[in-house]
Amino acid sequence: MIWAAVLLGSAACYALKALGFVVPERVLDKPLMAQLVAMFPVALLAALLAVVTVADGMSITVDARVAAVAAAAVALTLRAPFLVVVVVGAATAAIIRALGG
Amino acid sequence: MTGTPSPDDTRRGVLVEAATIGLTTGAYGISFGALSVTAGLSVWQTMALSALMFTGASQFAMVSVLAGGGSAVAAVAGSALLGLRNLFYGLRMRQILQPSPALSLPAAHLTIDESTAMALAHYDRPVPRPALAFWSTGLSVFVLWNTGSLIGALGASSIGDPQRWGLDAAVPAAFLALLWPQITSHRLLGVAIVSAAIGMALTPVLSPGLPVLCAALVPFLFLRRSS
Repeated sequence: MIWAAVLLGSAACYALKALGFVVPERVLDKPLMAQLVAMFPVALLAALLAVVTVADGMSITVDARVAAVAAAAVALTLRAPFLVVVVVGAATAAIIRALGG
Repeated sequence: MTGTPSPDDTRRGVLVEAATIGLTTGAYGISFGALSVTAGLSVWQTMALSALMFTGASQFAMVSVLAGGGSAVAAVAGSALLGLRNLFYGLRMRQILQPSPALSLPAAHLTIDESTAMALAHYDRPVPRPALAFWSTGLSVFVLWNTGSLIGALGASSIGDPQRWGLDAAVPAAFLALLWPQITSHRLLGVAIVSAAIGMALTPVLSPGLPVLCAALVPFLFLRRSS
């Protein structure tokens, strides 16, 4: 099942990239389309962020992940690079769990 | 994720810039590799994503939908929706690079945030080198992203319980870091808040993976007639 998702997802992502090189421009060059393309990644990333922060299967759980996201936000306001933000998130959760939180 | 272009327009300047961007994404590849293995994918599956899908946000989306118990269909749909922007990058790259049909196939594979941004930046320079910028950035990111993914995947499979190291909490931190630079207007902030709320609200109701796909409808609420 995982392999199917990996290969189908890869094929879909490549097809989208290649489509840009072959589709006639006027088909896609619409103002509404440009707005949607700017908003799609934001909508999906925000929903993914919310779900992976609080979902535990189909229930909502507030645990060390919430503190990790808050710490990551602080790192981002301090202009930390990507890897540092991720490490700060992981370290925050690890410390809270080590302390029994 | 996009490097700040320096004003060095020499061939060497472009290559140094491309290598620097590659190194940055390589570090980010380490976190992808580690998180993917933590989420339950094998090292080979992780490497297949980095080599074949080769577009970061889509890879993170696929891994976390699968880890959350989502179906293969939901995982594929989520990563494809995040990969949609590459279609528009491809349009622009075709105009700028005008590659031969044979070169279009590898060019499409290397069409990502970083290579597109570099090609656009160097298209507007007094000495334009968009093709060199595109290919050197695309190849350097491809090599170092895959190297980083492998290091992260092998590292994570050898450290034991990932929760003890907070690796599960690194996933939302990664999504926040991907999202952060994209919130460039009040409208996009609104999209983010409503989408996050919908994702959370639907989690207890729909099977895993579907709440995130429902959030893909949110941009339609924020469309404007003229902009």
